[in-house]
Amino acid sequence: MKKVKADPKGVLTGAHYLDGDHALAEGALAAGCRFFAGYPITPSTETAERFAERIPKVGGVFIQMEDELASIAALIGAAWGGKKVMTVTSGPGFSLMMENIGLACMLETPLVIANVQRGGPSTGLPTLTGQQDMMQVKWGSHGDYEIIALSPDSPQECFDLCIEAFNLSEIYRVPSFVMTDECVGHMHEKVVIPPAEEIELVERKWYKGPKDKYLPFKPDEDMIPFMVKVGDGYHFHVTGLTHDERGYPVINAECQNVCVPHLVDKINMNADKIIKLEEDETDNAEIIVISYGITSRVTTRAVRKARKAGIKVGTIRLITVWPFPEKRIKELAKKIKAFVVPEINYGQVVYEVERCAFGQAPAIRVPHCGGWVHDPEDIFKAIKEASK
Amino acid sequence: MKEEDRREGKNPIENLLRMDRIPHIWCPGCGIGVVVTSFAEALRKSEIDLDKTAIISGIGCTGRVAGYVKLDSIHTTHGRAVPVATGLKLANPELKVVVFSGDGDIAGIGGNHFIHAARRNMDLVIICVNNFNYAMTGGQVAATTPISANASTAPFGNFEYPFNLPYLAEASGATYVARWTALHLRRVTKSVQEALGRRGFSFIEVITPCVTLYARRNRLGDGLNLLKYYYEKSEIQHGADTKTLDISYQGKLIVGKFVDKDKPTFLDCMNEHLGKVLGDKYEPYGGNHD
Amino acid sequence: MTEIRFSGFGGQGIIRCGLIAGKALSLFDNKQATMTQSFGPEARGSACSSQLVVSDDRVLYPYISAPEILVSMSQEAYDKYEPELREDGLLLIDKDLVKPKPPRGKIKSYSIPSTRFAEELGNRIIANLVMLGFFTAITRVVSPEAMKKALPGLVPERFLELNKKAFDKGYEYGKKILAEEKKPKTSKQKVKK
Ligand SMILES: Cc1ncc(C[n+]2csc(CCOP(=O)(O)OP(=O)(O)O)c2C)c(N)n1
Ligand code: SF4
Ligand SMILES: [Mg+2]
Repeated sequence: MKKVKADPKGVLTGAHYLDGDHALAEGALAAGCRFFAGYPITPSTETAERFAERIPKVGGVFIQMEDELASIAALIGAAWGGKKVMTVTSGPGFSLMMENIGLACMLETPLVIANVQRGGPSTGLPTLTGQQDMMQVKWGSHGDYEIIALSPDSPQECFDLCIEAFNLSEIYRVPSFVMTDECVGHMHEKVVIPPAEEIELVERKWYKGPKDKYLPFKPDEDMIPFMVKVGDGYHFHVTGLTHDERGYPVINAECQNVCVPHLVDKINMNADKIIKLEEDETDNAEIIVISYGITSRVTTRAVRKARKAGIKVGTIRLITVWPFPEKRIKELAKKIKAFVVPEINYGQVVYEVERCAFGQAPAIRVPHCGGWVHDPEDIFKAIKEASK
Repeated sequence: MKEEDRREGKNPIENLLRMDRIPHIWCPGCGIGVVVTSFAEALRKSEIDLDKTAIISGIGCTGRVAGYVKLDSIHTTHGRAVPVATGLKLANPELKVVVFSGDGDIAGIGGNHFIHAARRNMDLVIICVNNFNYAMTGGQVAATTPISANASTAPFGNFEYPFNLPYLAEASGATYVARWTALHLRRVTKSVQEALGRRGFSFIEVITPCVTLYARRNRLGDGLNLLKYYYEKSEIQHGADTKTLDISYQGKLIVGKFVDKDKPTFLDCMNEHLGKVLGDKYEPYGGNHD
Repeated sequence: MTEIRFSGFGGQGIIRCGLIAGKALSLFDNKQATMTQSFGPEARGSACSSQLVVSDDRVLYPYISAPEILVSMSQEAYDKYEPELREDGLLLIDKDLVKPKPPRGKIKSYSIPSTRFAEELGNRIIANLVMLGFFTAITRVVSPEAMKKALPGLVPERFLELNKKAFDKGYEYGKKILAEEKKPKTSKQKVKK
């Protein structure tokens, strides 16, 4: 993995007062993203607007496509053209992107998609928050594959995790997602952008060997194949069909049984390296509250109250939601009374917790259908109830 | 491939196609291969750098072309070849990007991308194999199926108005528009060469028999017969008003080059406009800086 | 922790108020300030609002629940948001645009003809800055220096000086009122009419 410093041209070093949407754009520019294709949708549009404003002065392309199908498609093309690429959307647009998210996974294409989640289903609550696409991001496209999804809890983290998403997408040649939400996307807070030399980026895993030996899908020792870009004279082929290492379609079960496990394993087998969690007082906890994004901030309020009330509560904040910290949950499940999982949906990640707990501890959901964040009191009540 | 190789007249097919993937999947007598031959011939004859030429296709029988041409090639999803090509072209403007597409791919599921890329005068070459049906999935009715022609999902004949693709392309902003039948080998080659040699959105429609489905279902004879039939039914009218190019079932096919004009491309406009408005603050965009 | 709501009608620069104060606090006053605003159907119509949660530590819950400070620059906004103001809160209104109800609980109320002052300075569009100056003087939540530092980038550059002037006008007016208030005179009434 080759690490490089960020190009100062894209880095707006200093302290700013930004909302999450704008911070996403700045994170992407700092990460070296020079191609943005998108389609306006509330509450993510501000990111596109910021790109449109900033990218002409940095050297790159912003294009507003005709729809989200086109946006993700253009990203795939531009990524194979050698660029770091990003788009941003929300529920309805995210649904439209699903097919080509699968293509991006199949072609092992590095790209970043931010989803500023709003309440769904359908048009739902365009201007109000939700965390309802957390399963869609993992399972939304057909077939078996793995992606990486991060969940920022503040504008600062929108910036930081956007860079992280770019790095992870390059390391693993996989689409990476910043799953934020309307609340964080529209909330203004201080965002500190460090000097370019303090921002570490991962360079694409470029192939350097002889031209006629290039195989676009041959895993290297770290499982990740090398990449080239269109125009470098390799005359390579890639396809969304099940393919061999050469990228040629092979329509049979044997090939499928190599191709698909590779897509899944390269993420799952590196999960320990990818996953970032924030744990607090989990060691002696009776109850562990698991949350992510804005909900984890709201949770903290409830947890403080519960601790005051004498309940031993620990917290886990999922910075990485996918891949899921299966091992850690399994380990903790043996020691505690219950997991409490508030999320701004009717219950999604909670079932993953339940699965990982293997029946050792219940996973109690604290659902909220969207439109607002939880009332901390509801989380407190759930903790109290669970501790009985 | 080296310049000399091309000049020396080695069998172009061998150098320009992925021979390791032959035999191809197309039915015997299918017209797609004929179009590919004309296309390969254009590549051979043209002066362009094949390292800098890419081919993108969607899904369908025609969509498989990307897999057989020995260029950098991306086989994408149904209908999305044009936006993938758009992204690629914008990421690396020195590339020549060709989209090889079926009629369903380009004008059905991908119709929106098609008109928008034309509107932007995106610098792309679009070759559309129009076989009047969704062949890959078994011969369903398409946006191009002539009225009364039979299709598996129009078992009593089609009653929907079909698209006149050259007209759609021109009206949307395409700056080069031509139509041929597959048997117009040299004409197709010439059009492709012209399109490769120019800048802007070029659209070439090639009327091509689908022997297995469209032809059989409509009892139009075998591949060669139908190739000939289309050829004979055609009438060259260069510069014809694209409004007049409707295709009726087994009727006359007006072919030719209808539009060929200069107009700044998307990137020209972007650089021009932003340069003017932003002055020194604008970072002109042109190449691929890695 | 302090919760603040700025409110008025669209076009008055109410969101700007939140942005300027939030930026001043976060970048120049060493506080943590989270600014949110109403979007969508709720933000349509004429009542418009931006909210600030200010804290020495990290702001956890991003929205306000019962603000200590309510700034209202329109009657509709006042009518809508006054009931949520805390019993011991501070109410700041535009004297000419808001007719307040009789005082409730221990709410302290201050008023300023911010729009009129802005017009006198040449443009009613800067009424929000007059109000911000007033807000800064009365509430002392944020320093006037920080507020002025926060202006570049949030007001058009060519109007920067005018905006500062407007801020000063409101700030001085607020100071004056506080000074008068200190003189122990008729103690019962706080609203300056
Ligand atoms: C989203 C999606 N819908 C449907 C299909 C199934 N499908 C594959 S090819 C095709 C039609 C192809 O028709 P056309 O583009 O005309 O190409 P042809 O096979 O005729 O060359 C369809 C509907 C698909 N692959 N993807
Ligand atoms: S089905 Fe039709 S279009 Fe497809 S390969 Fe066969 S003849 Fe060609
Ligand atoms: Mg077809």
